[in-house]
Amino acid sequence: MIIPHPLLGPRDSQEFTYLGDVSLIDRPDWQATDAVDQFHDYLYLRDNPAGLHRELWFHEQGDRSWLVVTRDTRTHEITGAELARDVAHTKGRST
Amino acid sequence: MTRLTGGLIDRSRTLSFSFDGKSFTGHPGDTLASALLANDMRLMGRSFKYHRPRGPLTAGSEEPNAIVALRTGARQEPNARATVAELYDGLTARSQNSVGSLSFDLLAVNDFLSPFFAAGFYYKTFMWPKAFWEKLYEPLIRHAAGLGSLSGEPDPDLYDKGFLHCDLLIIGAGPAGLAAALTAGRAGADVILADEDFLPGGRLNSETHALGDASGSDWAKATLAELASRPNVRVMSRTTIIGAMDHGIFGALERVSDHLPEPAPGKPRQTFWRIYTKRSLLCAGATERPIAFRNNDRPGIMLGSALRSYANRWAAMPATDVAIFTNNDEGHRTASDLLAKGMRIAAVIDSRADAPKTSRYEVLAGAVVTNTAGRLGLSSISVQLASGEARKIACQALGVSGGWNPNVHLTCHQRGRPQWDDTLAAFVPGGALPPGMSVAGAAQGIMSTAGALSSGAAAAVAALSDPGITAKTAPLPDAEDAPVRITPLFHVPGKGRAWLDQQNDVTVKDVKLAHQEGYISVEHLKRYTTLGMATDQGKTSNIGGLAVMAEMTGKSIPDTGTTIYRPPYTPVSIAAFAGRSAGPDFRPTRLTPSHHWAAEQGAVFVEVGMWLRAQWFPRPGETTWRQSVDREVLATRASVGICDVTTLGKIDVQGTEAAEFLNRIYANPFGKLAVGKVRYGLMLREDGIAMDDGTTAHLAEDHFVMTTTTANAVGVYRHMEFCRQCLWPDMDVQIISTTEAWAQYSVAGPNARRLLQKIVDPAFDIGNDAFPYMGCGDITVCGGLRARLFRISFSGELAFEIAVPTRYGDALMRRLVEAGQEFDAVVYGTEALGVMRIEKGHAAGNELNGTTTALNLGMGGMVNKKKDSIGSTLSEREGLNRADALCLVGFRPVNAADSFAAGAHLIGRDDVANAANDQGYLTSVAYSPNLGYTIGLGFLKNGAGRKGEVLRAVNPVQDAETLVEVVSAHFIDPEGERLRA
Repeated sequence: MIIPHPLLGPRDSQEFTYLGDVSLIDRPDWQATDAVDQFHDYLYLRDNPAGLHRELWFHEQGDRSWLVVTRDTRTHEITGAELARDVAHTKGRST
Repeated sequence: MTRLTGGLIDRSRTLSFSFDGKSFTGHPGDTLASALLANDMRLMGRSFKYHRPRGPLTAGSEEPNAIVALRTGARQEPNARATVAELYDGLTARSQNSVGSLSFDLLAVNDFLSPFFAAGFYYKTFMWPKAFWEKLYEPLIRHAAGLGSLSGEPDPDLYDKGFLHCDLLIIGAGPAGLAAALTAGRAGADVILADEDFLPGGRLNSETHALGDASGSDWAKATLAELASRPNVRVMSRTTIIGAMDHGIFGALERVSDHLPEPAPGKPRQTFWRIYTKRSLLCAGATERPIAFRNNDRPGIMLGSALRSYANRWAAMPATDVAIFTNNDEGHRTASDLLAKGMRIAAVIDSRADAPKTSRYEVLAGAVVTNTAGRLGLSSISVQLASGEARKIACQALGVSGGWNPNVHLTCHQRGRPQWDDTLAAFVPGGALPPGMSVAGAAQGIMSTAGALSSGAAAAVAALSDPGITAKTAPLPDAEDAPVRITPLFHVPGKGRAWLDQQNDVTVKDVKLAHQEGYISVEHLKRYTTLGMATDQGKTSNIGGLAVMAEMTGKSIPDTGTTIYRPPYTPVSIAAFAGRSAGPDFRPTRLTPSHHWAAEQGAVFVEVGMWLRAQWFPRPGETTWRQSVDREVLATRASVGICDVTTLGKIDVQGTEAAEFLNRIYANPFGKLAVGKVRYGLMLREDGIAMDDGTTAHLAEDHFVMTTTTANAVGVYRHMEFCRQCLWPDMDVQIISTTEAWAQYSVAGPNARRLLQKIVDPAFDIGNDAFPYMGCGDITVCGGLRARLFRISFSGELAFEIAVPTRYGDALMRRLVEAGQEFDAVVYGTEALGVMRIEKGHAAGNELNGTTTALNLGMGGMVNKKKDSIGSTLSEREGLNRADALCLVGFRPVNAADSFAAGAHLIGRDDVANAANDQGYLTSVAYSPNLGYTIGLGFLKNGAGRKGEVLRAVNPVQDAETLVEVVSAHFIDPEGERLRA
């Protein structure tokens, strides 16, 4: 596969390490009253779509960016790749 | 000798070769199969299951029968297709699958036992008794079955990998591919034209019709010469495109040296290419298919197109009396060509009632072949005439033409499904092709030469318009443009065995039986009968099998469907996939800066991940590793020892929020670590399991240096980048791995400080008050070399770790050893390191094994609940905090002379050794030369409260049992006085 890196252009997927669903960015608040339940769901519950999937890839043999790649799980067509840092911002994450 | 005139072989040179020990000759341009046929050898192998005599069915890579072992010794290559093995002087080949000689195969008895060997035979027969499977049935089957065998010796040749990029990849250099390459090449596009044959041209080299004023092969030769002259065109012969992968990546196998006795010096045997292209054009042609009839597998029975190839391209014929069996006009083309070559056409049996008529040979319209005779080769055929009468015809070769299947394989590599074309009675590319792929010529179902040329050129123009290259269709010569006229016939009904898949010995009957037993889906049919599962992947048999199944189920062929086409198109050796990544080069080897020094000392090395680390340093007179390790341990604890710890991961953490970042990465607090101090840190995974541990030094206000274990260096860094970029994107913290930037040595033992004082520049006070336990700082050594010093200890002794820039690592090691002479300093390896950390009760990889928590490790109190850190929330889960949770404790044998092993399970003294009574397990065990007996660390249920208890360490793997006592994990200096000395 070829991943369209937002900074570096098309790169071979062999340069990357795969992690999983983009929802891993949504780490819960440790001080919530039901934090254990929230962390359980965060860590273990995933959608497994046949179709578009937003997922985390790490450019380990490259610039060490974490990316959010949108890939069709049926065809491997990649329709987008963003810096995970930008995605985290849109999800309201900061410090 | 049946060598004809003409052909594309170089008669000026003669090559000798051997087959099954007999010597023969051929010419450059021959394949092994063509040269054998020219020597009147029709029999080339035995079939897989019934050991039936077989000769080549085809003249190409789709060959199911003529499978041989090439070369001898370490270069022996099993399962090579004689039809594509290029002849060279001195080639040696042997037949496969025969027990005894090829003409008298002892296992041919299987053929008479065939009623017992029908589809599903193995599943049905070898069911019971169960114990017989491993000891009797499986070895028996393994001996009788299987194709060729490996030499068992290491392959002496080099295999390589390469990467190519182009505007347009053209797959196949027949008329369509050549016309496309001309068009694209003249337009200036970067073109790769790949062809599996050593002589590109496809059917142009095998057919007699002209292209304009030239013969097909001459036009191909002239076109290839023009292409070769263009710098923007790369013609790759002997190169098979084996798969269409994702995003325009193609796998290609180039057989660089397979046609030579051995590769030229420095050249690879084969190169596996990855070709990156946005546009590809499949011009892979078509494969002729046979018709199944009784005993249709005798040597001499071939595809009609193969007979034309042998006659026209290789001037080789298996016999002079030839019959033709056809359901379309191709059979008549074969008859004309062979007549022109001086063969006698015994008859053309055309199953069509409206077969074309001619006075040049006898045409039996509406007739079919019903049986054949000839033990080791065809001698006659039985024909049922249109009238119903039977007739026997003597012949030594039979050309069978059942229609052409477009080579759609690569169009389906991304799960596309081909479409049925009634006019051709064949599948053509359809549905969703791999993105950027188009198809031309026979692969697209355009079967005439003129059609192939024009469709190839037009497809190239269209493909290049997308990247914006304007191409003009190259002027093309006039060529034959005959329509396809076929009346489908896949098998001749009747008694006896009619072969569909000749390599795996699958007959029409087997398919019928599979249907009868309920295996109706084509995927089930394939696996139950093994149809199409041999090395040829059913290129000549799959459609026939489908057709029979369709007939059984009353469905159409397209409704029956095809099995999934998967890469590789033709077999690829594992060596080619591996390339240079074999043996010691399987992956990179990482060496520490003092590696060469250690090697000079005769160190024994161990692989730790990619690193090579010194395991121990044998001295003269030491005959066992234990002697060396015991000496290193005792000398370190008595005076001082030096150990290379460069392989530990080092991560530089900087920024105004670096401390807070570490506070969240580690379970224990880091927010208030003073500058100049080091702290042990335990890192959890988000699920609460221990991930890694190490020390982190606070070197300056905004600057920390973390160490990780050697094994987890990469994973910890990845995890920290995830936290930094994805979880807390605005924290002011930067990290980088500096593992390879610093060489680091541990100096441990009561004389560690005295030794270091000889090296550290006098400006730096490393006395106990100025540089206490867990202190750190930037210093200089050896007169101004910048270095870092950490007062940390893994051994339990007074110890320091000293780091210098990598390029000074070797020099520092030599300087330390020299300075240590007056203290009788030793250099110790990873074994002594391990012994000392077990003596001290430090957890390491055996304990942080991916299943243990901070609580299990006896560090539950370190997990700070007043802050957020990775894993802290889920570490509170009930299941991880049971009252009887495993706890790390020490073990010693009740009888000091007894030993035990890591991995042993702990069972109560009077309990049965089973899983229900399991109390825990030992993780790390070593002989302690300081204590004089074996000691161990292990996890025991509620272990903290069980000191003094005696248990059994049960080791069922080695059938051993030892009584052990639960003790503190700190065997040496439990108060830690040495550390602080």
